[in-house]
Amino acid sequence: MVSVPVVEIRDLWFSFNGAPVIKEVDLSVRQNDFLALLGPNGGGKTTLMKLILGLLKPERGTVRVFDKKPSQVVQRMGYMPQNVSFNRDFPITVLDVVLMGRLRHRRNYSGYTGDDRIAAQRALERVEMWEHRKRRVGDLSGGQRQRAFIARALVTDPQLLLLDEPTASLDTKGQTEFYDLMKELNDTVTIIVVSHDLSVLSSYVKCVACVNQRVFFHDAAEITGDMLEMAYHCPVDLIAHGLPHRVLRTHEDQ
Amino acid sequence: MLDALHYEFMRNALLAGVLASIACGTIGSLVVVNRLVFLSGGIAHAAYGGIGLAFFFGLPYTLGTLGFSLGIAMLMAAVTLKARHRTDTIIGVLWAFGMALGVVLLDLTPGYNVDLMSYLFGSILAVPRSDLWLMIALTAVIILTIGLLYNSFLAMSYDREFAQLRGVPVRFLHFVLLGMVALAVVMIIRVVGLILVIALLSIAPYIAEKYSGSLRSMMVIATLLNVFFTTAGLWLSYALNLTSGATIIMVGAACFSASLVVERLRSKRRSLTSEPV
Repeated sequence: MVSVPVVEIRDLWFSFNGAPVIKEVDLSVRQNDFLALLGPNGGGKTTLMKLILGLLKPERGTVRVFDKKPSQVVQRMGYMPQNVSFNRDFPITVLDVVLMGRLRHRRNYSGYTGDDRIAAQRALERVEMWEHRKRRVGDLSGGQRQRAFIARALVTDPQLLLLDEPTASLDTKGQTEFYDLMKELNDTVTIIVVSHDLSVLSSYVKCVACVNQRVFFHDAAEITGDMLEMAYHCPVDLIAHGLPHRVLRTHEDQ
Repeated sequence: MLDALHYEFMRNALLAGVLASIACGTIGSLVVVNRLVFLSGGIAHAAYGGIGLAFFFGLPYTLGTLGFSLGIAMLMAAVTLKARHRTDTIIGVLWAFGMALGVVLLDLTPGYNVDLMSYLFGSILAVPRSDLWLMIALTAVIILTIGLLYNSFLAMSYDREFAQLRGVPVRFLHFVLLGMVALAVVMIIRVVGLILVIALLSIAPYIAEKYSGSLRSMMVIATLLNVFFTTAGLWLSYALNLTSGATIIMVGAACFSASLVVERLRSKRRSLTSEPV
């Protein structure tokens, strides 16, 4: 029996002020996939992620997550936004940021429960940030802040994790540690990650989708030259069968 | 100062100052972290239209001002959600429109002879007992609303998109917040006048933000600072025979400058100690 895909996108269109951002996209993400969304800036990666989260409404077509509307299953999704360096002066502690992940619709009056606090502690320990829980987020280093936001995404024990450039401010060692953690989570959690390059990702992801208005899906983590051409300006870092073996290809027209 | 407390008007003034401080400390903190200072200034000045309406139609002052300010606040809330990129322009227009409407309506009011200055710069020494009851009620509404919705307000202020994802009704809360700004503005017009409202809403929260680990403690510190501003300002204005509203703001502005100097010294020391030996 074939299980229901975690994310099912059919003929999806979306535009900002009349300019198309996402065009006739079909995509399906299966359980325990580790999918990387690659593509140029402005290619629509973040938009696609927000459409999956239900933060944006499709202009045409459908997005189904766990066979439901995205807004009905937000509790099963964990999300880490692209920029975590906003609002640096805001008086908020690491613990309060993580607890924010436990907010629930129509239950926001009662404050947080003991369960919420235990979950927050577990999430913070998982990213080795528990000892920093009382610090102001603005005072953290870039890497620490990133880990605090990962903890916020993990605090609900999501079944689908959406990460928008999660390692942007991490050094190579930090990136490796991060993806090791993701690989561990991937046993039970489906992961979609937006990234610019595959240099570290290559040995972790199971499939790749190139996003540049249209989406080109590459299973088994192998990209051919033809597919690259189709995607136009797709990343030049290639991967093959999940081996840490990379082929660098420049674009045909360069 | 103590002998001044024998006068009822002085006791009323102090209580009005404390109530306005609570409203401004809590709402002001939300205003500062949400970057709504300009918008709040717009609501405050547009409130003058409400004063004009009240006089023209012979309504009680508080009713006219409260109704009109709430209306303008809702309009501004809608505009800030819809036309985000032209927000400042539209606030500017409503700001001027409200004031102009007030002036014209007061021109048209027969036999008008109310002291305009008291609304522009406050008349804390002339707060009647009935106004105090209204201020107590408004402060209670504000504290109750923030208390109940604290986590949602925190999430919305810090990371609106994530809050939306977690089911926080951010649009609705935006209207609630601006509605509360309107309530606070109407209260503070009594204390420091509509021109000086922004000072009480922004100075104390701005200083408090630097020394707070959470939004909650920011609200508490800002409230205490505002209590200090209003009490010290009142005392100075009594001792030196100065306009009370303006003196209150002068105390606040002096503390604001002092906090900037302290901040600079602190960051200098921090950079000195962190330098490699």
